[in-house]
Amino acid sequence: MNTMQSLTDRKKVVSKKEMTFMEKLYLPAIIGGMWITFKHLFRKNNTVKYPEETREFAPVYRGQHVLKRDEEGRENCTACGLCAVACPAEAITMVAAERVKGEENLYREEKYAEKYEINMLRCIFCGLCEEACPKEAIFLTDRIVPSNFERDEFVYGKDRLVEQLNDRIDITKRQHTGKRSKI
Amino acid sequence: MVKVTIDDVQIEVEPGTTILNAARQIGGDVVPPAMCFYSKLPGTGGKCRTCLVEVAAGSEKDPRPMPKLMASCSTQVMDGMIVKNKTSERVQEGRGGVVEFLLINHPLDCPVCDQAGECNLQDLGFQHGGAKTRYEEERRTYDPIDIGNKIKLHMNRCILCYRCVHVANQLTDSRVHGVLNRGEHAEISTYIENAIENDFSGNMIDVCPVGALTDKTFRFKSRVWFLKPMDVSCECTKCSGKAVAWMFGDEIYRVTARKDKYGEVEDQDGKTGWICNDCRFEKKDPAKWSIEGPRKINRHSVISQGHYQSPRGNSQKKIN
Repeated sequence: MNTMQSLTDRKKVVSKKEMTFMEKLYLPAIIGGMWITFKHLFRKNNTVKYPEETREFAPVYRGQHVLKRDEEGRENCTACGLCAVACPAEAITMVAAERVKGEENLYREEKYAEKYEINMLRCIFCGLCEEACPKEAIFLTDRIVPSNFERDEFVYGKDRLVEQLNDRIDITKRQHTGKRSKI
Repeated sequence: MVKVTIDDVQIEVEPGTTILNAARQIGGDVVPPAMCFYSKLPGTGGKCRTCLVEVAAGSEKDPRPMPKLMASCSTQVMDGMIVKNKTSERVQEGRGGVVEFLLINHPLDCPVCDQAGECNLQDLGFQHGGAKTRYEEERRTYDPIDIGNKIKLHMNRCILCYRCVHVANQLTDSRVHGVLNRGEHAEISTYIENAIENDFSGNMIDVCPVGALTDKTFRFKSRVWFLKPMDVSCECTKCSGKAVAWMFGDEIYRVTARKDKYGEVEDQDGKTGWICNDCRFEKKDPAKWSIEGPRKINRHSVISQGHYQSPRGNSQKKIN
Protein backbone atom coordinates (compact mmCIF):
# COMPACT_ATOMS: atom_id res chain seq x y z
CA MET A 1 0.00 0.00 0.00
CA ASN A 2 1.31 3.37 -0.93
CA THR A 3 0.63 5.64 2.10
CA MET A 4 1.89 9.13 2.53
CA GLN A 5 4.48 9.63 5.21
CA SER A 6 2.93 11.42 8.19
CA LEU A 7 4.18 14.94 8.91
CA THR A 8 4.10 14.59 12.70
CA ASP A 9 4.83 11.89 15.19
CA ARG A 10 1.52 12.35 16.98
CA LYS A 11 -0.11 9.49 15.14
CA LYS A 12 -1.85 7.00 17.38
CA VAL A 13 -3.05 3.57 16.44
CA VAL A 14 -6.65 3.01 17.51
CA SER A 15 -7.07 -0.14 19.54
CA LYS A 16 -10.32 -2.00 19.39
CA LYS A 17 -9.70 -4.57 22.05
CA GLU A 18 -12.56 -6.42 23.70
CA MET A 19 -13.64 -5.17 27.18
CA THR A 20 -13.26 -7.54 30.11
CA PHE A 21 -16.24 -8.57 32.28
CA MET A 22 -15.38 -6.05 35.02
CA GLU A 23 -15.10 -3.31 32.46
CA LYS A 24 -18.43 -4.24 30.96
CA LEU A 25 -20.09 -3.75 34.37
CA TYR A 26 -18.99 -0.06 34.31
CA LEU A 27 -19.54 0.07 38.10
CA PRO A 28 -15.86 0.33 39.18
CA ALA A 29 -15.34 3.20 36.76
CA ILE A 30 -18.47 5.01 38.00
CA ILE A 31 -17.46 4.58 41.63
CA GLY A 32 -13.95 5.73 40.83
CA GLY A 33 -15.29 8.87 39.17
CA MET A 34 -17.65 9.65 42.01
CA TRP A 35 -14.79 9.24 44.48
CA ILE A 36 -12.86 11.96 42.71
CA THR A 37 -15.94 14.22 42.82
CA PHE A 38 -16.40 13.47 46.52
CA LYS A 39 -12.77 14.36 47.26
CA HIS A 40 -13.26 17.77 45.68
CA LEU A 41 -15.97 18.63 48.23
CA PHE A 42 -13.28 19.03 50.88
CA ARG A 43 -10.86 21.01 48.76
CA LYS A 44 -10.45 24.81 48.93
CA ASN A 45 -12.66 26.63 46.45
CA ASN A 46 -10.95 28.18 43.45
CA THR A 47 -13.80 30.59 42.82
CA VAL A 48 -15.23 33.43 44.90
CA LYS A 49 -18.87 34.33 45.31
CA TYR A 50 -18.85 37.59 43.34
CA PRO A 51 -20.31 40.18 43.99
CA GLU A 52 -20.65 39.39 47.72
CA GLU A 53 -16.99 38.53 47.80
CA THR A 54 -14.34 40.22 45.66
CA ARG A 55 -10.80 39.26 44.94
CA GLU A 56 -7.93 41.40 46.02
CA PHE A 57 -6.78 43.50 43.09
CA ALA A 58 -3.22 44.17 42.04
CA PRO A 59 -2.23 47.75 42.94
CA VAL A 60 -1.82 48.55 39.26
CA TYR A 61 -5.14 47.03 38.16
CA ARG A 62 -6.61 49.08 35.35
CA GLY A 63 -10.33 49.50 35.86
CA GLN A 64 -12.76 52.40 35.68
CA HIS A 65 -11.17 55.85 35.34
CA VAL A 66 -11.36 58.60 37.88
CA LEU A 67 -10.79 62.32 37.34
CA LYS A 68 -9.01 63.41 40.49
CA ARG A 69 -9.43 66.55 42.52
CA ASP A 70 -6.55 68.07 44.45
CA GLU A 71 -6.32 68.47 48.24
CA GLU A 72 -8.50 71.55 48.11
CA GLY A 73 -11.15 69.78 46.10
CA ARG A 74 -10.42 71.50 42.80
CA GLU A 75 -10.50 69.50 39.59
CA ASN A 76 -7.01 68.71 38.33
CA CYS A 77 -7.98 68.25 34.70
CA THR A 78 -7.20 71.19 32.46
CA ALA A 79 -8.49 69.67 29.21
CA CYS A 80 -5.07 69.67 27.55
CA GLY A 81 -6.12 66.79 25.30
CA LEU A 82 -3.01 64.69 25.80
CA CYS A 83 -5.04 61.71 27.06
CA ALA A 84 -7.24 61.89 23.99
CA VAL A 85 -4.29 62.04 21.61
CA ALA A 86 -2.57 59.19 23.47
CA CYS A 87 -5.69 57.01 23.47
CA PRO A 88 -5.23 54.21 20.92
CA ALA A 89 -8.95 53.45 20.92
CA GLU A 90 -10.04 57.08 20.53
CA ALA A 91 -12.38 56.67 23.45
CA ILE A 92 -11.85 60.08 25.02
CA THR A 93 -13.46 63.35 23.94
CA MET A 94 -13.55 66.67 25.72
CA VAL A 95 -14.65 70.25 25.44
CA ALA A 96 -12.66 72.89 27.27
CA ALA A 97 -13.93 76.05 28.89
CA GLU A 98 -12.37 79.04 30.57
CA ARG A 99 -12.58 79.43 34.31
CA VAL A 100 -14.32 82.64 35.27
CA LYS A 101 -13.74 84.67 38.39
CA GLY A 102 -15.30 83.00 41.41
CA GLU A 103 -14.65 79.45 40.19
CA GLU A 104 -11.12 79.27 41.57
CA ASN A 105 -12.25 76.79 44.22
CA LEU A 106 -13.69 74.47 41.57
CA TYR A 107 -10.91 74.20 39.01
CA ARG A 108 -7.20 74.31 39.56
CA GLU A 109 -6.14 75.89 36.27
CA GLU A 110 -7.59 78.71 34.22
CA LYS A 111 -8.89 76.21 31.70
CA TYR A 112 -10.99 73.20 32.61
CA ALA A 113 -12.92 70.41 30.95
CA GLU A 114 -16.51 71.48 30.55
CA LYS A 115 -17.34 68.09 29.07
CA TYR A 116 -15.22 65.01 29.40
CA GLU A 117 -16.44 61.72 28.04
CA ILE A 118 -14.96 58.26 27.93
CA ASN A 119 -16.67 55.62 25.89
CA MET A 120 -16.13 52.53 28.00
CA LEU A 121 -17.06 50.26 25.10
CA ARG A 122 -14.18 51.69 23.09
CA CYS A 123 -11.75 51.87 26.00
CA ILE A 124 -9.26 49.02 26.14
CA PHE A 125 -8.03 49.96 29.64
CA CYS A 126 -4.42 50.25 28.52
CA GLY A 127 -3.63 53.13 30.86
CA LEU A 128 -1.96 55.33 28.26
CA CYS A 129 -4.21 58.26 29.22
CA GLU A 130 -2.93 58.02 32.75
CA GLU A 131 0.64 57.96 31.49
CA ALA A 132 0.11 60.94 29.20
CA CYS A 133 -1.60 63.12 31.81
CA PRO A 134 0.69 66.00 32.86
CA LYS A 135 -1.62 67.14 35.64
CA GLU A 136 -2.12 63.85 37.52
CA ALA A 137 -5.80 64.19 36.78
CA ILE A 138 -6.83 60.88 35.26
CA PHE A 139 -6.14 57.55 36.90
CA LEU A 140 -7.40 54.07 36.34
CA THR A 141 -8.73 52.48 39.51
CA ASP A 142 -9.57 49.04 40.84
CA ARG A 143 -13.27 49.55 40.19
CA ILE A 144 -14.94 47.48 37.50
CA VAL A 145 -17.11 49.11 34.86
CA PRO A 146 -20.51 47.49 35.43
CA SER A 147 -22.33 45.79 32.61
CA ASN A 148 -25.45 47.29 31.17
CA PHE A 149 -28.15 46.63 28.63
CA GLU A 150 -27.97 50.03 26.93
CA ARG A 151 -25.00 51.07 24.82
CA ASP A 152 -25.50 54.77 25.63
CA GLU A 153 -24.96 54.04 29.28
CA PHE A 154 -21.33 53.23 28.58
CA VAL A 155 -20.42 56.79 27.61
CA TYR A 156 -19.23 58.07 30.95
CA GLY A 157 -19.44 61.81 31.44
CA LYS A 158 -18.00 63.99 34.15
CA ASP A 159 -20.85 63.03 36.50
CA ARG A 160 -19.48 59.51 36.74
CA LEU A 161 -15.77 60.18 36.22
CA VAL A 162 -14.96 63.05 38.58
CA GLU A 163 -14.49 61.86 42.13
CA GLN A 164 -17.00 63.08 44.68
CA LEU A 165 -15.76 65.34 47.46
CA ASN A 166 -17.25 63.12 50.15
CA ASP A 167 -16.11 59.92 48.47
CA ARG A 168 -12.47 60.37 47.54
CA ILE A 169 -10.84 57.56 45.60
CA ASP A 170 -7.47 56.41 46.82
CA ILE A 171 -4.91 56.15 44.05
CA THR A 172 -1.79 56.45 46.20
CA LYS A 173 -0.80 52.89 45.41
CA ARG A 174 -0.75 53.68 41.73
CA GLN A 175 1.31 56.79 42.26
CA HIS A 176 4.03 54.83 44.02
CA THR A 177 4.43 52.02 41.59
CA GLY A 178 7.58 53.63 40.28
CA LYS A 179 5.89 54.85 37.13
CA ARG A 180 6.01 58.44 38.25
CA SER A 181 9.09 59.97 39.76
CA LYS A 182 8.41 62.01 42.85
CA ILE A 183 8.42 65.70 42.09
CA MET B 1 29.09 85.86 -4.77
CA VAL B 2 30.84 84.78 -1.59
CA LYS B 3 31.62 81.25 -0.54
CA VAL B 4 30.64 80.15 2.94
CA THR B 5 30.84 76.77 4.65
CA ILE B 6 28.16 75.93 7.20
CA ASP B 7 28.51 72.59 9.00
CA ASP B 8 30.81 71.30 6.22
CA VAL B 9 28.29 72.24 3.52
CA GLN B 10 29.56 74.80 1.06
CA ILE B 11 27.28 77.33 -0.60
CA GLU B 12 27.67 80.50 -2.64
CA VAL B 13 25.46 83.38 -1.62
CA GLU B 14 25.04 87.06 -2.41
CA PRO B 15 27.31 89.39 -0.43
CA GLY B 16 25.41 90.87 2.48
CA THR B 17 23.41 87.71 3.22
CA THR B 18 23.23 86.80 6.89
CA ILE B 19 24.51 83.44 8.11
CA LEU B 20 20.96 82.39 9.00
CA ASN B 21 19.67 83.12 5.51
CA ALA B 22 22.63 81.32 3.96
CA ALA B 23 21.85 78.31 6.18
CA ARG B 24 18.21 78.46 5.12
CA GLN B 25 19.32 78.34 1.50
CA ILE B 26 21.04 75.04 2.33
CA GLY B 27 18.09 73.88 4.43
CA GLY B 28 17.74 70.84 6.62
CA ASP B 29 19.63 70.34 9.85
CA VAL B 30 22.14 73.15 9.47
CA VAL B 31 19.50 75.87 9.93
CA PRO B 32 19.78 77.45 13.38
CA PRO B 33 16.50 77.99 15.21
CA ALA B 34 15.20 81.53 15.46
CA MET B 35 12.74 82.91 17.95
CA CYS B 36 12.86 86.63 17.20
CA PHE B 37 14.12 86.84 13.62
CA TYR B 38 11.33 86.91 11.04
CA SER B 39 12.47 87.15 7.45
CA LYS B 40 9.21 88.84 6.38
CA LEU B 41 9.61 91.66 8.89
CA PRO B 42 12.68 93.85 8.26
CA GLY B 43 14.40 94.93 11.43
CA THR B 44 13.68 91.80 13.46
CA GLY B 45 16.41 89.65 14.94
CA GLY B 46 19.29 89.90 17.34
CA LYS B 47 17.24 89.69 20.52
CA CYS B 48 16.61 86.11 21.52
CA ARG B 49 20.12 84.68 20.92
CA THR B 50 18.84 81.21 20.02
CA CYS B 51 20.44 81.39 16.59
CA LEU B 52 23.98 81.70 17.96
CA VAL B 53 26.60 79.92 15.84
CA GLU B 54 30.32 79.46 16.04
CA VAL B 55 32.38 81.20 13.37
CA ALA B 56 35.46 79.02 13.09
CA ALA B 57 37.09 81.19 10.46
CA GLY B 58 36.11 84.81 9.85
CA SER B 59 37.02 85.08 6.18
CA GLU B 60 39.55 84.12 3.53
CA LYS B 61 41.71 87.15 4.30
CA ASP B 62 41.49 86.94 8.05
CA PRO B 63 40.86 83.31 8.99
CA ARG B 64 40.97 83.87 12.73
CA PRO B 65 37.93 82.44 14.53
CA MET B 66 35.54 84.89 16.14
CA PRO B 67 36.03 84.64 19.90
CA LYS B 68 32.36 84.63 20.87
CA LEU B 69 29.33 82.86 19.44
CA MET B 70 27.67 85.09 16.87
CA ALA B 71 23.96 85.72 16.32
CA SER B 72 23.53 84.22 12.86
CA CYS B 73 20.44 86.31 12.06
CA SER B 74 22.40 89.55 12.14
CA THR B 75 25.93 88.50 11.14
CA GLN B 76 26.74 88.86 7.47
CA VAL B 77 28.73 86.22 5.67
CA MET B 78 32.26 86.87 4.43
CA ASP B 79 34.09 85.11 1.62
CA GLY B 80 35.63 81.92 2.99
CA MET B 81 33.78 82.02 6.28
CA ILE B 82 33.47 78.71 8.12
CA VAL B 83 30.44 78.41 10.37
CA LYS B 84 29.62 75.62 12.77
CA ASN B 85 26.12 75.03 14.07
CA LYS B 86 25.16 71.41 14.63
CA THR B 87 28.78 70.27 14.64
CA SER B 88 29.86 72.63 17.41
CA GLU B 89 29.50 71.56 21.01
CA ARG B 90 29.93 75.13 22.15
CA VAL B 91 26.87 76.15 20.16
CA GLN B 92 24.75 73.33 21.52
CA GLU B 93 25.76 74.13 25.08
CA GLY B 94 25.24 77.84 24.54
CA ARG B 95 21.82 77.27 23.04
CA GLY B 96 20.87 75.16 26.04
CA GLY B 97 21.82 78.10 28.22
CA VAL B 98 19.76 80.50 26.12
CA VAL B 99 16.75 78.21 26.36
CA GLU B 100 17.18 78.06 30.12
CA PHE B 101 17.21 81.86 30.25
CA LEU B 102 14.14 82.11 28.01
CA LEU B 103 12.31 79.68 30.28
CA ILE B 104 13.19 81.58 33.47
CA ASN B 105 10.03 83.63 33.35
CA HIS B 106 8.06 81.51 30.93
CA PRO B 107 5.35 79.55 32.75
CA LEU B 108 5.21 75.82 32.04
CA ASP B 109 1.52 75.92 31.28
CA CYS B 110 1.62 74.16 27.93
CA PRO B 111 -1.45 72.06 28.88
CA VAL B 112 -3.43 75.30 29.11
CA CYS B 113 -1.76 77.30 26.36
CA ASP B 114 -3.40 77.48 22.93
CA GLN B 115 -0.01 77.63 21.21
CA ALA B 116 1.02 74.16 22.43
CA GLY B 117 1.76 71.90 19.50
CA GLU B 118 2.90 74.71 17.22
CA CYS B 119 5.10 76.61 19.67
CA ASN B 120 8.70 77.39 18.77
CA LEU B 121 9.75 77.58 22.39
CA GLN B 122 8.19 74.19 23.09
CA ASP B 123 10.23 72.65 20.26
CA LEU B 124 13.34 74.42 21.44
CA GLY B 125 12.81 73.33 25.04
CA PHE B 126 12.24 69.80 23.84
CA GLN B 127 15.56 69.79 22.00
CA HIS B 128 17.76 71.75 24.34
CA GLY B 129 15.95 72.24 27.63
CA GLY B 130 16.83 70.55 30.88
CA ALA B 131 14.43 68.27 32.69
CA LYS B 132 14.49 70.50 35.75
CA THR B 133 14.66 74.19 36.40
CA ARG B 134 17.41 75.72 38.53
CA TYR B 135 15.43 78.91 39.01
CA GLU B 136 14.15 79.32 42.54
CA GLU B 137 12.84 82.86 42.53
CA GLU B 138 9.26 83.86 41.80
CA ARG B 139 8.41 84.22 38.13
CA ARG B 140 7.10 87.58 37.05
CA THR B 141 3.37 87.43 36.63
CA TYR B 142 0.83 89.61 34.93
CA ASP B 143 -2.90 89.29 34.44
CA PRO B 144 -3.90 88.45 30.87
CA ILE B 145 -5.21 91.53 29.10
CA ASP B 146 -7.12 92.15 25.90
CA ILE B 147 -5.43 93.89 23.01
CA GLY B 148 -8.45 94.89 21.01
CA ASN B 149 -11.49 92.67 21.29
CA LYS B 150 -10.04 89.73 19.38
CA ILE B 151 -6.53 89.31 20.77
CA LYS B 152 -5.53 88.14 24.22
CA LEU B 153 -2.13 89.02 25.63
CA HIS B 154 -0.58 86.70 28.20
CA MET B 155 2.41 88.75 29.24
CA ASN B 156 3.63 85.85 31.44
CA ARG B 157 4.47 83.83 28.35
CA CYS B 158 6.13 86.64 26.40
CA ILE B 159 9.82 86.27 25.60
CA LEU B 160 10.14 89.86 24.31
CA CYS B 161 11.05 88.99 20.75
CA TYR B 162 9.53 92.26 19.46
CA ARG B 163 8.03 90.54 16.40
CA CYS B 164 4.54 91.82 17.20
CA VAL B 165 5.88 95.34 17.62
CA HIS B 166 7.33 95.14 14.13
CA VAL B 167 3.99 93.89 12.80
CA ALA B 168 2.27 96.84 14.42
CA ASN B 169 4.91 99.14 13.01
CA GLN B 170 5.05 97.81 9.50
CA LEU B 171 1.56 96.51 8.75
CA THR B 172 -0.66 98.92 10.60
CA ASP B 173 -0.68 102.65 10.01
CA SER B 174 -0.69 103.93 13.55
CA ARG B 175 1.13 101.98 16.20
CA VAL B 176 -0.48 101.99 19.61
CA HIS B 177 1.34 98.96 20.88
CA GLY B 178 4.92 98.47 21.92
CA VAL B 179 7.27 97.60 24.73
CA LEU B 180 7.07 99.57 27.94
CA ASN B 181 9.74 99.71 30.64
CA ARG B 182 13.12 98.06 30.51
CA GLY B 183 15.01 94.90 31.37
CA GLU B 184 13.25 92.66 33.82
CA HIS B 185 10.22 94.96 33.82
CA ALA B 186 9.81 95.19 30.06
CA GLU B 187 6.34 94.32 28.88
CA ILE B 188 4.33 94.37 25.70
CA SER B 189 1.45 96.72 26.08
CA THR B 190 -0.88 99.01 24.28
CA TYR B 191 -0.51 102.59 25.34
CA ILE B 192 -2.95 102.87 28.26
CA GLU B 193 -4.71 99.76 26.98
CA ASN B 194 -5.69 101.34 23.71
CA ALA B 195 -7.43 98.82 21.56
CA ILE B 196 -5.79 98.05 18.27
CA GLU B 197 -8.24 98.77 15.51
CA ASN B 198 -6.49 97.85 12.32
CA ASP B 199 -7.26 95.39 9.57
CA PHE B 200 -3.95 93.60 9.92
CA SER B 201 -3.42 93.59 13.66
CA GLY B 202 -4.37 89.90 13.86
CA ASN B 203 -1.10 88.97 12.19
CA MET B 204 0.71 89.54 15.44
CA ILE B 205 -0.89 86.29 16.61
CA ASP B 206 0.75 84.46 13.72
CA VAL B 207 4.19 85.94 14.29
CA CYS B 208 4.22 85.33 18.05
CA PRO B 209 6.66 82.43 18.60
CA VAL B 210 5.04 81.55 21.93
CA GLY B 211 1.49 81.71 23.25
CA ALA B 212 1.66 85.30 24.45
CA LEU B 213 -0.68 86.61 21.78
CA THR B 214 -3.59 84.32 21.08
CA ASP B 215 -6.79 84.42 19.10
CA LYS B 216 -9.73 85.11 21.39
CA THR B 217 -12.18 83.53 18.96
CA PHE B 218 -10.23 80.28 19.29
CA ARG B 219 -9.36 80.60 22.96
CA PHE B 220 -9.54 77.19 24.68
CA LYS B 221 -11.84 75.85 21.96
CA SER B 222 -9.70 72.89 21.00
CA ARG B 223 -6.10 71.73 20.75
CA VAL B 224 -4.36 72.16 17.42
CA TRP B 225 -3.71 68.44 17.02
CA PHE B 226 -7.42 67.66 17.00
CA LEU B 227 -8.01 70.01 14.11
CA LYS B 228 -7.60 69.44 10.40
CA PRO B 229 -5.68 72.22 8.65
CA MET B 230 -7.11 72.92 5.21
CA ASP B 231 -5.83 75.33 2.58
CA VAL B 232 -8.67 77.70 1.85
CA SER B 233 -9.08 80.84 -0.16
CA CYS B 234 -11.64 83.55 -0.66
CA GLU B 235 -12.12 86.76 -2.57
CA CYS B 236 -10.92 89.44 -0.22
CA THR B 237 -10.37 93.06 -1.12
CA LYS B 238 -8.04 93.72 1.78
CA CYS B 239 -5.68 90.76 1.73
CA SER B 240 -4.56 87.86 -0.44
CA GLY B 241 -7.49 85.78 0.78
CA LYS B 242 -5.31 82.68 1.01
CA ALA B 243 -5.38 81.17 4.47
CA VAL B 244 -5.48 77.94 6.46
CA ALA B 245 -8.75 76.94 8.08
CA TRP B 246 -8.38 74.70 11.10
CA MET B 247 -11.44 72.49 10.90
CA PHE B 248 -13.17 70.03 13.16
CA GLY B 249 -15.74 68.13 11.18
CA ASP B 250 -17.49 70.76 9.06
CA GLU B 251 -16.79 73.59 11.45
CA ILE B 252 -13.99 76.12 11.13
CA TYR B 253 -12.45 76.68 14.55
CA ARG B 254 -9.86 79.21 13.54
CA VAL B 255 -8.20 80.77 10.52
CA THR B 256 -4.49 81.51 10.26
CA ALA B 257 -2.14 82.62 7.53
CA ARG B 258 -0.24 79.95 5.60
CA LYS B 259 3.05 79.32 7.31
CA ASP B 260 6.20 77.70 5.97
CA LYS B 261 8.51 75.25 7.74
CA TYR B 262 10.16 78.05 9.70
CA GLY B 263 6.80 79.17 11.06
CA GLU B 264 6.81 82.27 8.88
CA VAL B 265 3.94 83.48 6.74
CA GLU B 266 4.38 82.26 3.17
CA ASP B 267 4.52 84.51 0.16
CA GLN B 268 1.32 84.65 -1.90
CA ASP B 269 1.52 86.11 -5.42
CA GLY B 270 4.90 87.68 -4.72
CA LYS B 271 3.80 89.37 -1.52
CA THR B 272 3.83 88.15 2.06
CA GLY B 273 0.51 86.46 2.64
CA TRP B 274 -0.67 88.38 5.68
CA ILE B 275 -4.39 87.99 6.17
CA CYS B 276 -6.80 90.63 7.33
CA ASN B 277 -8.84 90.53 10.50
CA ASP B 278 -12.08 89.93 8.60
CA CYS B 279 -10.72 86.70 7.15
CA ARG B 280 -9.13 85.69 10.44
CA PHE B 281 -11.84 86.41 12.95
CA GLU B 282 -15.15 86.81 11.13
CA LYS B 283 -15.25 84.15 8.41
CA LYS B 284 -15.90 81.01 10.41
CA ASP B 285 -18.52 79.75 7.99
CA PRO B 286 -17.11 77.12 5.58
CA ALA B 287 -19.48 78.40 2.86
CA LYS B 288 -17.49 81.64 2.70
CA TRP B 289 -14.31 79.81 1.72
CA SER B 290 -13.39 77.63 -1.19
CA ILE B 291 -11.46 74.68 0.17
CA GLU B 292 -8.38 73.75 -1.84
CA GLY B 293 -7.40 70.64 0.10
CA PRO B 294 -5.62 69.43 3.19
CA ARG B 295 -2.49 71.33 4.15
CA LYS B 296 0.75 69.38 4.17
CA ILE B 297 2.01 69.02 7.71
CA ASN B 298 5.34 67.55 8.70
CA ARG B 299 4.52 64.01 9.72
CA HIS B 300 6.68 64.33 12.83
CA SER B 301 4.56 67.22 14.02
CA VAL B 302 1.98 66.55 16.70
CA ILE B 303 -0.56 68.21 14.40
CA SER B 304 -0.42 65.21 12.09
CA GLN B 305 -1.19 62.89 15.02
CA GLY B 306 -4.36 60.93 14.62
CA HIS B 307 -4.96 62.06 11.05
CA TYR B 308 -4.90 58.89 9.07
CA GLN B 309 -4.08 60.62 5.85
CA SER B 310 -3.01 58.91 2.70
CA PRO B 311 -0.59 60.81 0.44
CA ARG B 312 -3.57 61.63 -1.74
CA GLY B 313 -5.57 63.07 1.12
CA ASN B 314 -8.43 61.54 3.00
CA SER B 315 -11.07 59.88 0.92
CA GLN B 316 -14.40 61.54 1.37
CA LYS B 317 -16.39 58.32 1.12
CA LYS B 318 -19.22 58.13 3.59
CA ILE B 319 -20.02 54.90 5.32
CA ASN B 320 -23.75 54.33 5.51
